[in-house]
Amino acid sequence: MFVAILDVVIGGLIMGGIYALIAVGLSLQYGVGRVLNISHGEFIMLGAFSTWSLYTIFGISPLVSLVICGPVMFIIGFLIHRALFQYLRGKSESIGAFADSSLLASFGLLFIIQNVALLLWKADIRGYSYLDSSVNILGAIFTANRLVALLFAVVISLAFYIFLTRTRLGKAIRAAAEDPATAQVMGVNIHRVLAICFGLGALMAGFAGPLISMMYEIQPTMGLEYTIIAIIVVVLGGLGSITGSLIGGFILGLIGSIVTYFDPGLSLIAYYVIFILLLLIRPTGIFGK
Amino acid sequence: MDRVRVSFKKHVPLGLLFVTFVLLATIPFYVQPYLVILLTTIFMYIIITVSWAIFSGPTRYISLASAAFFGVGVYASAILGKTLPLPIVIAFGGLVSFILALFIGLLTLRLRGMYFIIFTFGVSELIRHSLLWWEANITGTVGRWVVVVDHTTVYYVMLIIFVMALLITYLIRRSRLGLALRSIGEYEESAAHIGINVTALKTITFAISAFFMGAAGAIMATRWTYIDPHIAFSPLFSFMPVLMAIFGGTGQIYGPVLGAAVLAYLEEILTTKFPYYYMLLFGIILIVVILFLPHGLVGLVQRWRKGGSKRQNANA
Repeated sequence: MFVAILDVVIGGLIMGGIYALIAVGLSLQYGVGRVLNISHGEFIMLGAFSTWSLYTIFGISPLVSLVICGPVMFIIGFLIHRALFQYLRGKSESIGAFADSSLLASFGLLFIIQNVALLLWKADIRGYSYLDSSVNILGAIFTANRLVALLFAVVISLAFYIFLTRTRLGKAIRAAAEDPATAQVMGVNIHRVLAICFGLGALMAGFAGPLISMMYEIQPTMGLEYTIIAIIVVVLGGLGSITGSLIGGFILGLIGSIVTYFDPGLSLIAYYVIFILLLLIRPTGIFGK
Repeated sequence: MDRVRVSFKKHVPLGLLFVTFVLLATIPFYVQPYLVILLTTIFMYIIITVSWAIFSGPTRYISLASAAFFGVGVYASAILGKTLPLPIVIAFGGLVSFILALFIGLLTLRLRGMYFIIFTFGVSELIRHSLLWWEANITGTVGRWVVVVDHTTVYYVMLIIFVMALLITYLIRRSRLGLALRSIGEYEESAAHIGINVTALKTITFAISAFFMGAAGAIMATRWTYIDPHIAFSPLFSFMPVLMAIFGGTGQIYGPVLGAAVLAYLEEILTTKFPYYYMLLFGIILIVVILFLPHGLVGLVQRWRKGGSKRQNANA
């Protein structure tokens, strides 16, 4: 019994760590920039496949790829915001209209990125084994790569939280999330901050991708599922609340792990049920105002 | 002279419409079966897009539940097709979708903007995954066979549903209902304030639009012959109508028709040979339209027409 509980809890934390990472990314993009980025999962997929290629072709460790993928995704995200969403934002008559049109534009990005990946990597399911020796924690057995993924997810989340709360740029981002117009009056370069936020969202996806590829099988169409999970976590934590997304990720991971213990086929259904009930009963989420 | 021109302007579109309709109604007699099947698929997309636009066009609520309504129709047909005659099966498919939409509409009354979009998407994904789980764990078989109907019949049923959907769109646009829906889209609070029963109108319109999607799903199932939750409730059926309607432009009735026809045709000719290139192109078109053609193809046509009439004036 004890081992089973430990199994479920640690398993939940592992999933939760990944969920928290990807949800924080989406939360930055939507909470600050008002872009509900449906192509978020595609950046995760790109990170996962780059890692797979680097590992299987050049033998580069996934943990090294992680350090490369994150910043590369940041640059791509930053440029996409500058080229696409900034222009769209300037053209939209209201912030609500911008939210709608940017959502649709991100659908376009999804189709583009996913199909480029399908052309590059084909539709096959891929996987590799890395750090797959098993580790015994008080009787519960996990592969080493999953524990490493959990460690990295927690460290990245904490580092990010400190960045947001302690640095000048972090403060500017939080100010922009509260009220873009006032932040601008206070001397925040709003376009730069929004582009950085979008880039940081992609950075989180770029970190999550390699970690996911270490643990699970990957394929070019995997992105949307992660995007949906990220959306559910963001709603759970409260749209716009970054701390909410961090905690929400771990909560959903634990719920998923408990449901999976009884019937693995039901976990996604449980997520949707939680999601729909939340929207009906408390659309502002657990930590929303 | 002026009067002649006015009546000319009025009657030419009507005449064109009539000729088009006669052409479409007689097409199976003189073209290859392949073309009939191609047109059936194009009509399926047009129906879903036009009925999506019945609700989402004027109210500006972006619904991503089309896959749910379409899929429910597909499943109704798969379950009842063996025992009931075709017209009843199709009406039933539409009716079940209608009821589902009433239910979803009543649930989502408080939700707006982004919340409405993700809620409708969540509902249709929940249905897809629940059905999949049900089939895998309770019935033990995933997927079903559907009674086959010959492709000319499928084509005519599609055509009838298409004409009905177009007619309803036209009637709603001209009625007080259409005006009320547009005012909801402009500013919902003030619409409610001037005495429009916002809740009831939104829900009933949502349900009407779902009826046609369900009916289209019910007839399409007979052409596919085999269906499972992934086919019937594919999220693409939620995304495509939005993209097709925006590509065409929702300002005019013919916008969604045009958008769906062009993209569905593109899909049909590209998808078998270059599936990835098609979706890639699709993504590029979508972004270009959102960036540079906010009113879609309709906006382009109108701009071109305006330019034309200006040139005429300059000549005179």
